[in-house]
Amino acid sequence: MSPSNSGAGPYSRPGIEFLRGARDQLPILLGVVPFGVIFGALAVSAGIPVFEAQSFSLFIFAGSAQFIAVSLIAGAASPFLIILTILVVNLRHMLYSAALAPHVYHLSNLWKIPLSWLLTDEAYVVASARYRKGSPEFAHWYFLGTGLTLWAAWQLSTFLGIALGALIPPGIGLDFALPLTFMALILPTLTDRPAWAAACAAGTFSLLLANLPFKLGLLIPAVLGVGVGLAVEIRSARAGHANGDPA
Amino acid sequence: MSRSELWIIILGGMAVTYLIRLSFFFFIPPDRLPEWFRRGLRYIPPAVLAALIVPDLLLLDGTLHLSFANHRLVAGSIAALVGWRTGNTWLTIISGLLAFGLLALL
Repeated sequence: MSPSNSGAGPYSRPGIEFLRGARDQLPILLGVVPFGVIFGALAVSAGIPVFEAQSFSLFIFAGSAQFIAVSLIAGAASPFLIILTILVVNLRHMLYSAALAPHVYHLSNLWKIPLSWLLTDEAYVVASARYRKGSPEFAHWYFLGTGLTLWAAWQLSTFLGIALGALIPPGIGLDFALPLTFMALILPTLTDRPAWAAACAAGTFSLLLANLPFKLGLLIPAVLGVGVGLAVEIRSARAGHANGDPA
Repeated sequence: MSRSELWIIILGGMAVTYLIRLSFFFFIPPDRLPEWFRRGLRYIPPAVLAALIVPDLLLLDGTLHLSFANHRLVAGSIAALVGWRTGNTWLTIISGLLAFGLLALL
């Protein structure tokens, strides 16, 4: 970047950055809105009152964790264990926080607080692509635009789902929609061998440990699965080096 | 579950989620994260989701149920196939629900 670029060019003003961030989030909303609708419908059909169901989206704002919380609430797990599970499921956001930290380091707390609040998978993907393009002067406005767009869509789609869920009579087999939703969530994560190994190991351990108390049959297999994924990654990296593969 | 328990979950879930997202913006210099931990984070979603899906599809009252008579397993497998081929959220869920409903009628 040359100094003559600052203050000019395509990313020169806060308002434009904000709108571009919002615009670039739109294609991703196609994939997010169905989950919001299904979350709202499942939450009310699991017996969660309307206001609390919407509050999950308002306050936690994390798709997978919200679905898993509903599944554990339906299984009458303890609140402590549910919060612990939300923590583990959302730990991956640490990686996003670490990746974007150098870009927001110079901002005031007034910026850092809302931006970290909006740091979901989808906002990370779009915002990090923006930061790779350079011209960072007003890029935090882009981050804000993309994050707020996602947040608003998540609230509206949850609300729509709650309204639809209230129309569905109970006991119609919607509980099966939850594992199907998990299926739709897991498929895009199975991108390589270590990810498959992590999933297969966690699935196997979840069968072996299904009778553990406090729903620990979820967390312990998940941690073991992550360990297996790491082991496979390290092994295939070594095999790659042995073959002279630079990757 | 009582309303107060639900609010414990909502506010507790909010606190832990927000602390994670804030972590490197405020508290920890990014180079402090051990390499193995950074790599392991990527495997959390597939591992957690598999540990949720597999018992839901394979266990019936705590025992393994591996047959075509297990409608959840058959319908779940159809949904997995549809999801894998199409990559579409709606089609994945609707195909599984449809298969489940049809199997119940047979």
